Amino acid sequence: MTAPVLAIRDLAVEFKTDTGVTPALSGVSFDVPRGQVTAIVGESGSGKSVTANCVMRLVQPPGRITGGSIRFAPDAGDAFDVVKLADRDPRLYDLRGGHISMVFQEPMTALSPVHDIGGQVAEAILCHRDIGKEAARAEAAQMLERVGLDDMERRMGMYPFEFSGGMRQRVVIAMALVCHPEVLICDEPTTALDVTIQAEILTLIRSLQHELGNSVIFITHDLGVVAQIADHVVVMYQGRVLEIGTVRQVLKQPLHPYTRGLLQAIPGVVPPGERLATIASVVGDADIETPHPLVALADGRQVSLPPAQLRRVARS
Amino acid sequence: MLRASAPGLERKVPDMDKPTDRGGPPADDADGLSAGPVENAEPRRGIARLLRATLARGRLLCAAIARIRLPYAVRRMLGMIPTLAFISIIIFVVIQLPPGDIVTSTLDRLQASGVEVSEEQVQNLRAQYNLDKHPALQYLHWIGGFVVGDMGYSYMFARPVNELIWERLGYTLLITISAMLFTWAVAVPLGIYSAVRQYSITDYTLTAIALVGLATPPFLLALVFLYVGFEVFGIPIGGLFSPEYREAPWSMERLGDLLTHLWIPMVVVGLGSTAVTMRILRANLLDELKKPYVVTARAKGVRPARLVLKYPFRIAINPFISTLGLQLPALVSGEAIVSIVLNLPTTGKMLLDALLAQDMYLAGSVVMLLAILILLGLLLSDLMLAWIDPRIRYE
Amino acid sequence: MSDATAAPPPARGEALLATVTPRQLAWRRFKRHRLALVSAVVLGVLYLLALFCELVAPYSPQTRNVAAINAPPMGIRFFHTDGFHLRPFVYGYDMRVNPDTWMREYTPNVGKRYPLRFFASGDEHTLWNLLPSTRHLFVAEGGYIHLFGTDQLGRDVFSRILYGARVSLSIGVAGVVLTFVLGILFGGVAGYLGGITDRAVQWFIAVLLALPTLPLWMALSAALPVSWSPLAVYFGVTVILSLLGWPYLARQVRGRFLALRQEDFVIAGRLLGAGRMRVILRHMLPNFMSHTITAATLAVPFMILGETALSFLGIGLRPPVVSWGVLMQQAQNWQVIVMTPWLLLPGLFVIIAVTAFNLLGDGLRDAADPYNTGGLE
Ligand SMILES: Nc1ncnc2c1ncn2[C@@H]1O[C@H](COP(=O)(O)OP(=O)(O)O)[C@@H](O)[C@H]1O
Ligand SMILES: [Mg+2]
Repeated sequence: MTAPVLAIRDLAVEFKTDTGVTPALSGVSFDVPRGQVTAIVGESGSGKSVTANCVMRLVQPPGRITGGSIRFAPDAGDAFDVVKLADRDPRLYDLRGGHISMVFQEPMTALSPVHDIGGQVAEAILCHRDIGKEAARAEAAQMLERVGLDDMERRMGMYPFEFSGGMRQRVVIAMALVCHPEVLICDEPTTALDVTIQAEILTLIRSLQHELGNSVIFITHDLGVVAQIADHVVVMYQGRVLEIGTVRQVLKQPLHPYTRGLLQAIPGVVPPGERLATIASVVGDADIETPHPLVALADGRQVSLPPAQLRRVARS
Repeated sequence: MLRASAPGLERKVPDMDKPTDRGGPPADDADGLSAGPVENAEPRRGIARLLRATLARGRLLCAAIARIRLPYAVRRMLGMIPTLAFISIIIFVVIQLPPGDIVTSTLDRLQASGVEVSEEQVQNLRAQYNLDKHPALQYLHWIGGFVVGDMGYSYMFARPVNELIWERLGYTLLITISAMLFTWAVAVPLGIYSAVRQYSITDYTLTAIALVGLATPPFLLALVFLYVGFEVFGIPIGGLFSPEYREAPWSMERLGDLLTHLWIPMVVVGLGSTAVTMRILRANLLDELKKPYVVTARAKGVRPARLVLKYPFRIAINPFISTLGLQLPALVSGEAIVSIVLNLPTTGKMLLDALLAQDMYLAGSVVMLLAILILLGLLLSDLMLAWIDPRIRYE
Repeated sequence: MSDATAAPPPARGEALLATVTPRQLAWRRFKRHRLALVSAVVLGVLYLLALFCELVAPYSPQTRNVAAINAPPMGIRFFHTDGFHLRPFVYGYDMRVNPDTWMREYTPNVGKRYPLRFFASGDEHTLWNLLPSTRHLFVAEGGYIHLFGTDQLGRDVFSRILYGARVSLSIGVAGVVLTFVLGILFGGVAGYLGGITDRAVQWFIAVLLALPTLPLWMALSAALPVSWSPLAVYFGVTVILSLLGWPYLARQVRGRFLALRQEDFVIAGRLLGAGRMRVILRHMLPNFMSHTITAATLAVPFMILGETALSFLGIGLRPPVVSWGVLMQQAQNWQVIVMTPWLLLPGLFVIIAVTAFNLLGDGLRDAADPYNTGGLE
């Protein structure tokens, strides 16, 4: 097995707000294996987006990375720590959009309203490669076709407000993939879309990943989506990682009470007619608020549990 | 007024979804234009039938016209016509409002200097100036001439208004436009800098200067310039030319002399707008920099300088351009009062005198021309908006 | 990979759960705006001075001191030749006419020491035209005191600025009240009736906003008959200022009106079965008022600057009325300014008052609407 493309260790992020300093992440550690899909799941506010932004160094004041490391190992060249890059380091700009790129939740607002989409996709190329404007537009058109847009002659010159949400998301995906990045981060790319479109976009991401062989970090709060798309799962809660494992391990045999709660709150898992469980009712009086260290188990998975439960889990 | 923070001015304008929000009436908006000729059956009387038929035909015509997609610019220009007509009425009424007229004020002057005027002469004067006619006729006489480029005769200067105005309007334009360019040249870079370096010392300093600039009446600033000019440089500032060039024919030297004098009125008139514009641009840019598409661009690897200039600036500039149109009235007003203080050969002082003497043709024409100037500016800013923002063009 | 991390427990919630009313919230946000708070205090002081100008000013606005014509400002001192004095004092002037320039030149004379007396007797005045008195906040015993110098007639600039504050500051408020009435009337009618009325009012507003304000003001002011009494002129100028000022406000009122009707909380209130009056009084009115008050605060400078400009041109208020604009009319040409620059001091007060109103308006807006980052309606 090759080295992970990203190795995140002890990542900590704080936000300064009017009411004081809010820790958004504390001690987040996980690996992103090369060429596979890693899903990050967790409820809203658990720190998924902040983690993704850290990888791209997009955390903006009032937020600040206060500690930890993100080791990025490109296919070619030396590995380096993204956290330690200076703001003006050229490697940072190579990284953004070149090695790692991102698809955002809101296709409606993620595109500039006053530039045509051809130009916006081409710009992603021009930021990283020294080719002419025309060549960049031609490549952009190819990529746009690949994500399922047709009639490129006309479409290239159109503006985002002339597209539907699903089409915009395809444009954003094309923009992210046009430089063939090694890692694609998708931050809830389907949350804002209709259900049918959601499925199309998921299929698109998955098939493109097969074709291009890049790694994917897929952020979602929908475990159904995780089952469809992911190889590995990272469960987050309140800025911490609770559980890491393969998709089979985590979905079939969740170790953490919170993960169990998440699973039982999915519609469709419970027989029709019965009430859905709330996370709180499944978790019961198990304490999930107190942080515990992540511990690796024999089968390769990691979990953060109180020592007593940990021993019980390790024995079984 | 002038440079007051007219409650809207110094703040950012919301996305100008409709370019026709101000300035002229929406050209493509007139109700009924698009409605088809829906006719009821059985008109009862002849006249009514005729009326309806005419109306229906009119509607058909309007509908046909509305279907022709005139270029945006042409539509906007057509929309200016009713606005101008309305403005001309306002101006006429306002100027005719004072009791008395040019004849009474001339008589006062004559009698004060001991000249006896007979009743017959007064009647003659009145007739000569059309003052014995109905006000509506007077208005038509004035505006009719204005439309064909004859602005009438100034009683006060005893010269045709056209001559008087062309002498001065050029300088008014020169000062107003250079003040606007000054506003752009200064406010845009400073506004961007302020936004990008929010909460830096420079940001605070610029904000403080802008606040004071906003609160300083232009004439006070002009006075301060006069004072500083004399105390520091030992020269009386004022006018657009040094004495030796005042009456001289045009030459390179005279042009150079004009330029050395021009910067003071330019700065004085433009400072308020500069402050306003800077603050608008800063607020807009700050709003815009938070938007997701900026994050997207950053995630693409766009470098910071380009990030600000290519993306948010393009959008932040919209409301900025539209307020620029709104600032024109302020610039024109500022110019009017500053020219009085700085003794500039523009329309300001002449307007004041004409108003006091109730020299209708002169005063009315000056105000009318200034209003046209502003409307043209608004039109230009709308066209610029449409050019820069595809959402408007395609509407 | 068994990297163990012991993160501190996330400190969340608790304190945030205390309930606060919208008003408390607004006040909290307002307090965060330091400059707005300072501005409120500055304005408070200015209005108090204007209210009690008869008491605070050492002289009446028309009192002439022939011994000090065009005299420069005097400094308040505590150190005399014999050392520190707790009671502040000023030095009187020696005047001589410069034989070359024929101008008066003043030098402080250490021999003429005039100590300040507080709440002592001086010029007669009638506070608010009701209470005759001779008391003043301070007078210079045995001599004269001109903190901001004197004008061509030997009148005390400091006193005149205080009297001018009463006129200029009140005309700002009076103008805004009138603007308010017009703005709410037109804006409200447009917003309420909608349709063709709304279009017409919108169009009218657009036209008015495009007019060159000052030339029209000039035209209107020139229409004020010379024979009018000062009070009538005062109201005339107020009306003139409002006539061109209301479109800004009307546009905002209309916008608020339309937006409010669509607001979720208004609809929610209605769906919950709240009565029509209750929806209007409890939900719409407070929200509406906070915005309009903000807009009004930001409109006061417009009025103050308008009055100043018109009076400066000699077509607004006229002497013997004292306003900041009238005072600055004395400083119209550069000879006067170079000789007596302190005649520009009223301008400083204009700047202070206008800036304070602008800042206060900014603070109020932020307090009323936390999501608005400085944008205009
Ligand atoms: N701009 C911000 N200001 C203050 N706190 C923030 C900000 N962005 C994120 N946070 C904090 O980070 C936490 C995680 O946010 P996020 O990563 O966006 O959650 P999600 O898992 O839904 O993507 C939030 O609960 C919040 O406390
Ligand atoms: Mg998120």
